[in-house]
Amino acid sequence: MGVFGSTRLTALGSRSQTETVRHGHSVADAADDAAVRGAEPAPAVDMSVDLAGAVLPSPMMTASGCAANGKELHRFFDVTELGAFVTKSVMAEPRSGRGTPRMAETPSGMLNSIGLQGPGIRAFVENDLPWLKQAGARAMVSIAGSTSGEFADVAAILRASEAFDAVVGVEVNISCPNVANRGLVFACDPHASAKVVALVREQLPRDIPIFAKLTPDVTDIVTIAQAAVKAGADGLTMINTLLGMVIDTDLLRPQLGGVTGGLSGPAVRPVAVRAIWQVRAAMLQGRLPFVPIVGVGGVRTGRDALELVAAGASAVQVGTATFNDPTAPVRVGRELRDLLQDKGFARFTDVVGIAHERVG
Amino acid sequence: MSTTAARPGAGVVQVTGELIATRRVGAYHHLTFVAPGLAEHARPGQFVAVAVGGPTSANLLRRCFSIHRVSPSGTYGGTVDVVVAAHGPGTQWLTDLRAHDEVDIVGPLGRPFPLPKEPVPTILVGGGYGSAPLFWLAETLRERGCRVEMVLGAATESRLFGVVEARRCADGVTVTTDDGSLGHRGWVSDVLPELIRSTGAGVVYACGPMGMLRSVTEVATAEGAVAQVAVEESMACGVGVCMTCVMPVRGNDGVTRMVRSCVEGPIFRGDRVRWESFENGYCTVPADALGAPKEGGH
Repeated sequence: MGVFGSTRLTALGSRSQTETVRHGHSVADAADDAAVRGAEPAPAVDMSVDLAGAVLPSPMMTASGCAANGKELHRFFDVTELGAFVTKSVMAEPRSGRGTPRMAETPSGMLNSIGLQGPGIRAFVENDLPWLKQAGARAMVSIAGSTSGEFADVAAILRASEAFDAVVGVEVNISCPNVANRGLVFACDPHASAKVVALVREQLPRDIPIFAKLTPDVTDIVTIAQAAVKAGADGLTMINTLLGMVIDTDLLRPQLGGVTGGLSGPAVRPVAVRAIWQVRAAMLQGRLPFVPIVGVGGVRTGRDALELVAAGASAVQVGTATFNDPTAPVRVGRELRDLLQDKGFARFTDVVGIAHERVG
Repeated sequence: MSTTAARPGAGVVQVTGELIATRRVGAYHHLTFVAPGLAEHARPGQFVAVAVGGPTSANLLRRCFSIHRVSPSGTYGGTVDVVVAAHGPGTQWLTDLRAHDEVDIVGPLGRPFPLPKEPVPTILVGGGYGSAPLFWLAETLRERGCRVEMVLGAATESRLFGVVEARRCADGVTVTTDDGSLGHRGWVSDVLPELIRSTGAGVVYACGPMGMLRSVTEVATAEGAVAQVAVEESMACGVGVCMTCVMPVRGNDGVTRMVRSCVEGPIFRGDRVRWESFENGYCTVPADALGAPKEGGH
């Protein structure tokens, strides 16, 4: 615990060293523990994480846009069981979103074209955030904008809101179209990404970490990650959906009203694992400072979550699987904990990025 | 058999339901599941969301079915009945199930049919297997002293559902088929105006395809009756988190919003739905809806 929080202000070289020492130590510990324990039941795994200062009891989160803003899933599980509840991306003004059909089922996944439907930041801070606060949830608020200025405005209103003390972090959804750049998504361009992150960072107190959510639809995700971190991102969330399209073969036309949509679900998990791996590897090579990666993409089981964690994710979001099982975000957390316990790990953080030490 | 999730007071459960009966009814399949804890909360018009294909299924999205009937207690404990038409891989999987197979069920979901406070005459209109929730509704209405007429319509006889059951639980039954294979040749909207007039119906309940719901609303409104319609929008989750099942509906404040048919519906007052937005398989956002796209789109 505390690895990211305690080292993020130190020099790059010492960060790498901390990481290496931590992993070397923990693997040996786990082996010793297992030998000593014998037939005794394994001790509980410490699942807590420190995400750039946000200390959470669990690495599990909802994924933005797959969980609404709390009330709906609170019928199925206690939202305080999560490390953080990630809200649906909110923009400055109310948005109706697109027409329908908005959804198409695809093999082990789905395509969606919602169009960032939402109440606008003012209604959000008046209704949704206070609800999360009274429920005792730790809120990770996802914000979006059509211009970099809109991101900043949304962050400013959030900061000034009464229930802001329920916020443990802000996720900056830069995977939305930039009207100033012919609708190219911010996260496809390092300069546009950096500008948004810098403006949002200015609006929020230092003790609130901000996470830039990256799209995998780029030639080199490390370049975007570097730009975001350099501009002040305290962490990275990856991945957003992949752009896709489905043709209705009866009508021979696009199935979605919005023509293209975002692909999500277990089908994209290998893409998420790859993206997390590449950015973590860049950190290990010193090409990028160590910041926590929040992994998201196709997680349906504890084993899926472990893939993302071993590739380098310090927290895991569950998105599309929630549509299949409304308890998925907490169920996956329990499965992950049991899996780590079976493997003899004492701490969740000991497994973060572990696969990088075990390459052939 | 287990209840995997049911927070106290939530009014909804997630259960592993055992299939105890499956039978063909015309073009459809009628399935009965043991679903402990679900029946007690359910009201006519609510629905269940069913996971298909088992725990490693490649079909992730839940399939939603209006509840045909529930039985809170019996030989097997509480049961829930749904009617399924096999037209895709998920519904095909469900109709291929055998007795004692298990399915993950979430329900009851959505808002039920609102019931009149006074014992007014009512008409219940079902298109195809859209009639599934209406028999339970008919019994509930008659218990409250409402006269119940049923109108069942479909393309052809095999696509009607529940004609015999309707005769048992309604005061009168009218059947229409497009091809005239049973009852009146034509649409439900052909017989509805005269039926509203002759019975003095104050409420028309309807469940079926969007086009039918629109014409039922138009007829009911023209005849001075209130239409309460159960919509069939495709849903991914059924519990209010995916935002795919939205449709434009005017609220009490007169403002049109894109509302989720799973949590704000599936029952809407017909005259609140912006039917003109539905065309050719698409639904567009009305320009006056809250937060509608500006020139050039979102």
